[in-house]
Amino acid sequence: MAEFVAATLMVGITAYAVFGGADFGAGFWDLVAGGAERGARPRSVVDHAIGPVWEANHVWLIFVLVVLWTSFSEAFGSIMLTLFVPLALAAFGIVLRGTSFAFRKEVVRLSIRRDLGVVFATSSVIVPYCFGAVAGGIASGRVPPGGTAGDPWASWINPTSILGGVLAVATCAFLAAVYMTYDAHRFAGPDMEEYFRRRALVMAIVVGTIAVVGIFVLRADAEYLYDRLTGPALPLVLASAIGGLGTLTLLTRRLHRGARVLAMGAVAAVIWAWGVAQWPYLLPTRLTVAEAAAPTATLVAVSIAFGLAVLICLPSLALLYVLDQRSLLDADTAADGQARVADADATA
Amino acid sequence: MHALAQVLAVDPVPWARAQMAFTLATHIILVPLGVSWAFMTLIANYRGIRHGDADALRLAQRWSKYMAVLFAVGAVTGTVLSFEFGLLWPNFMDRFGPAFGIPFAFEGLFFFTEAIFIAIYIYGWKRLKPWAHFWSGVPIVIAGIGGSLAVVAANAWMNHPAGFRLNQAGRVVDVDPVAVIFNKAMPLQSLHMLIAAYLVGGFVVASVYATAMLRGKRDRYHRLGFLIPFTVAAVAVPIQMVVGDQLARFVYNNEPRKFAAMELVPETSRDVPETLGGWLNDDGEVVGGIPIPGLASILSDPGEGTSTKIRGLESFPADERPTNRQATIVHWAWDVMVGLGTALFLLAAWFAVVWWRRRDLPRTKWFLRAAAVAGVASVVTMEAGWVVTEVGRQPWIVVDYMLVEDAATSSSGVWVTFLGIAAIYTGVAVTTVLVLRAMRRRFDAAEDHSGNSDLSGPYSPRIRPEPVGAGTQEA
Repeated sequence: MAEFVAATLMVGITAYAVFGGADFGAGFWDLVAGGAERGARPRSVVDHAIGPVWEANHVWLIFVLVVLWTSFSEAFGSIMLTLFVPLALAAFGIVLRGTSFAFRKEVVRLSIRRDLGVVFATSSVIVPYCFGAVAGGIASGRVPPGGTAGDPWASWINPTSILGGVLAVATCAFLAAVYMTYDAHRFAGPDMEEYFRRRALVMAIVVGTIAVVGIFVLRADAEYLYDRLTGPALPLVLASAIGGLGTLTLLTRRLHRGARVLAMGAVAAVIWAWGVAQWPYLLPTRLTVAEAAAPTATLVAVSIAFGLAVLICLPSLALLYVLDQRSLLDADTAADGQARVADADATA
Repeated sequence: MHALAQVLAVDPVPWARAQMAFTLATHIILVPLGVSWAFMTLIANYRGIRHGDADALRLAQRWSKYMAVLFAVGAVTGTVLSFEFGLLWPNFMDRFGPAFGIPFAFEGLFFFTEAIFIAIYIYGWKRLKPWAHFWSGVPIVIAGIGGSLAVVAANAWMNHPAGFRLNQAGRVVDVDPVAVIFNKAMPLQSLHMLIAAYLVGGFVVASVYATAMLRGKRDRYHRLGFLIPFTVAAVAVPIQMVVGDQLARFVYNNEPRKFAAMELVPETSRDVPETLGGWLNDDGEVVGGIPIPGLASILSDPGEGTSTKIRGLESFPADERPTNRQATIVHWAWDVMVGLGTALFLLAAWFAVVWWRRRDLPRTKWFLRAAAVAGVASVVTMEAGWVVTEVGRQPWIVVDYMLVEDAATSSSGVWVTFLGIAAIYTGVAVTTVLVLRAMRRRFDAAEDHSGNSDLSGPYSPRIRPEPVGAGTQEA
């Protein structure tokens, strides 16, 4: 039972990384898109890409938190206690990011749009960095269980955490660039398609490089994790590498749709590799999944809620994605309205 | 570094309390709009499609856009609360997560559904078929109801922990999820908050249109924008009075500490007066206030009348009951909630009588003025209600199981996060209001220019405004 719930936890983390991660990455590209004029086109692709589904994507985070605090409450309490600083920063970032994105869509004045855009984009980088650093702190065994706090700084400012943070930001940017290449291909024209395709290619190489460097970082800093990643989790690590190379190949051949699927697969594989590498521990070498698990009745209740989510939310989510992909959902953004007013003014 | 650490080391408990109270008090303002505005929007949407009412359709479309912004703010402030459970109260979650956490698993389910359909509804105006679009809004309403019931179930559990046992190591065992969710306090407490969501949401939205009408915008559009939400609120108020009365009696029977604080009763006695205002001094004596003889006893058990005995605060050990100052806060919050609630009821009754007699709003401007104030008043009423239940639970986080101070984090930097979150929330609140106002102006401007309904107009193929139109005539 605990294994099953741990697996659903991994499903939640994977979904958050693959969908929410791309949203963060879109914010990264927004940040580096350059001045208001030069960056206007890529930014409109970003807005369009995040569009209707961004809210739903971030529910996965809530899902992960709820499963963790209900089913593995000791791990949740310990993680929150030790990693107070990066998690508080992440929470701040989530508020700033979510609100500034929602506001930006509805604001017309360029100067305010720009300010909100800066907040949105900066927090889009900070939040995944923090989550990556948190994952690194957990994976390298820096979170002690049982209500005693670990080091409030070294637990997330350490080689593995830095690796985790940088890898998270780069992976988000990679995913977003791959997704947006496909999006741009469909509705923004060949120049934007090329724009994001180039960036996707670069990021694929960057992520690959970080991963290779990471192997040495982990060998020096997180022995348990390293042993396991090169042991039982090795097939998943290799799958991820193949997925990444495959994405690269498909991107050079402009097969964007397939690239999208492979990129998702590569990220999912690396997350499951992390999960397998940690097994059987939730907090490596000190608290196992079985020890942290809540009483069976609680696990059953959470599983029922998960089952209902599969029955209710997945079809709904599929509906949302299908409607979105068929362009049946259309944002009336502030800029659109303004354009119409300008049109009317011009004709008058 | 060490010196810095010394400066930063401040007792986290009061700051954790302050941060939780502040973020919850902020989030709860957004809750009613998240829960009930979709319902009101669907009423307008229904009218719009069914009766070909362009004004109603325009209202529904605009409301959904405002709703989208507020939903985003509500979603992130809600996410912060999820973090805070762990960041501020790690020992509470560590120990009681397997029981307390269960309602949130179901709340998450509802929230997910809500987020998905709100996206479909908001973005579906242009290209979905009218009735398909209308129906895509219905799950939002249902999920809003389910979600709020689930969240309040968790809060009710803190008042009446049930469905578990602690083993010798102090860990939760023998969990009964059904008993956790449907704990003793859950039905009335959840219902009370759910109705509050409709009541407050109705009054808040109506107050905006009341203000516009006072400024001379008396057209049909604004009238409808007032009538739909105000009617929802007016229906909710009397129901809330009955539920609230039941809940107060439940508290009398089951949460005597909280009840003693609400009614400001230091010593167990009969024939207890209902004290309006007043406070408990350091010696625990009632000072000031206007006592109405015997009323607290009569209301607690009308059958027994003035001979009803109310248990006093001092009959509980000092470290297991609210302090005198906390009791005073609870008492004032209680007075404010009941007082304002009654005023809102009178306003609703006024509206109902006049509408019943001549199918119109009361003619006097005082009605609209009162309705304009009712928005803020209803929010204050709801906040006061939360103060009653939260401060009244002190010093417990889980009544009789865990004290707030034992639940808190040991991180000494909570005061930093509190100041940070206070600054961020203030910024977000100001920006939210500015953005909503800017949206209204933009909608108005788009209409003036195109002479058309909102933006590109609902349910129409996307067309650019014709060069010949209202704009040309104006020029």
